[in-house]
Amino acid sequence: MSTKPKIAFYWCASCGGCEESVVDLAEDILMVLDAVDIVLWPVALDFKKKDVEAMPDKSIVATLLNGAIRSSEQEEMARLLRRKSQYLIAYGSCAHTGGIPALANQFSREQIMKYVYEDAPTVANENKTRPVTEFKDNGRTATLPEFRKVVRALDQVVEVDYYIPGCPPTSKLLKEAVLALLSGKLPPKGSVLAPDIALCEQCPRVDSKPQDLSLTEFKRPHQVIIDPDKCLLAQGLACMGPATRGGCEARCITGNMPCTGCFGPTSRIRDHGAKILSYMASTAAGKDDKEIEKILAGIPDPVGTFYRYGLAKCMLRGKVTSHE
Amino acid sequence: MEAKANVQQTGNGKFEPRIVAFFCNWCTYTAADLAGVSRMKYAPNVRIIRLMCSGRLDPQFVMDAFAKGADGVLIGGCHPGDCHYVEGNYKTLRRMDLLKRMLKDLGIEEDRVRLEWISASEGDRVKFVVNDIVEKVRALGPLNMPGKFKDWDREIEELNGKVHAQDNEEATAHVH
Ligand code: SF4
Ligand code: SF4
Ligand code: FES
Repeated sequence: MSTKPKIAFYWCASCGGCEESVVDLAEDILMVLDAVDIVLWPVALDFKKKDVEAMPDKSIVATLLNGAIRSSEQEEMARLLRRKSQYLIAYGSCAHTGGIPALANQFSREQIMKYVYEDAPTVANENKTRPVTEFKDNGRTATLPEFRKVVRALDQVVEVDYYIPGCPPTSKLLKEAVLALLSGKLPPKGSVLAPDIALCEQCPRVDSKPQDLSLTEFKRPHQVIIDPDKCLLAQGLACMGPATRGGCEARCITGNMPCTGCFGPTSRIRDHGAKILSYMASTAAGKDDKEIEKILAGIPDPVGTFYRYGLAKCMLRGKVTSHE
Repeated sequence: MEAKANVQQTGNGKFEPRIVAFFCNWCTYTAADLAGVSRMKYAPNVRIIRLMCSGRLDPQFVMDAFAKGADGVLIGGCHPGDCHYVEGNYKTLRRMDLLKRMLKDLGIEEDRVRLEWISASEGDRVKFVVNDIVEKVRALGPLNMPGKFKDWDREIEELNGKVHAQDNEEATAHVH
């Protein structure tokens, strides 16, 4: 039997982009495959849950789990992999901070089910059939996992050792994390495996970011022709760079789009959305209610803007009246 | 049951709002002091936190107060033009505009958050504003975020319990 360290990849509530980022390792993936045994990777290899169950506890060196946790099945798999792994790594924004799926925390289960199975314009479901967790047919019982009240980040369900941020993470960060794992040179438990500085500090446009912004208008990317050299915030675009962790190689900025915050906050920030709100609102010009209101109206959806990838980790965890 | 334990009640079981107040040292905090010294009576429901300027109010503080069990948050600063740090209260005004809108979207009723300009001499204004927010929040009822979080997370404890039960079964099975 191979003595190479065992690694598992798993996905929960995610889009598949994180899996793509593993494949994006390109030839480096051969380096990884050379050095480790992959024991679970549902998107690419045919291993089953029972294979994992049969393994001794802690026999997997590291599991990289992407996706948020919404269903009881995802919870169960997270617990199983936690038990079987020495290191559990939250991979990507959804596992790290809830990601896009966590925006569903603005709605109740009933609102979601009703929309998806009745009201969505693409749905034809005259009997208004909804999924049930147990269904008996011909003496057999089919079951489905429970749909939980809220979407959770991985560490809101099980203990997490490390986080690799991003929607998706960069191949560079993944490679560095694998190398750190193999060499045993790991930072303190609980660390986010990316630089602990704000994106602005790594941004190629930072020199054009004025000290005092005094913005008279906020605009959305589709409303303007964006200057490719000037700081996006200085152009009135809600760039989240000032409160977002660096390490992404300023991907969006290089693509001439404002940062939407996928790397999450730096370690000194406790609530990413509230912090960027604080920064952004204070850059507005205006000294009376009316004027200020008018300028900030350019940010029509503060929750969706400031918590795009992090609503599960918002101190209030989503719309507080939606989950009774 | 547990959810209820977080709600503050008086002896007769009536809900008593818990208000966290962030007051600027140079104005509203002094005014609150003045109200005290002048023996003005106002509702005892506020816990006052002194800031050197209302501009020090990080929106994270407001989120944290609610998350930890506050039913309302009151912010007091110097009148426009009177801030000791010149621009501090304008920053507060801008942050509060956006924060209030965001809190509304997060399901927190508008009357639970309030920004007031109260100068050092306006002790009576402190009395009025405190009494007013207490009454408005009382009418809204408890927010009780800690209780809500517990309720939401009960669903994962259930599974946790089941998994442990399974583990124990397996362990016993091995013994036999
Ligand atoms: S605000 Fe955005 S564009 Fe401007 S320096 Fe920061 S990251 Fe770069
Ligand atoms: S610029 Fe912002 S949103 Fe884009 S990849 Fe980097 S952290 Fe993520
Ligand atoms: S000093 Fe009072 S608000 Fe700035």
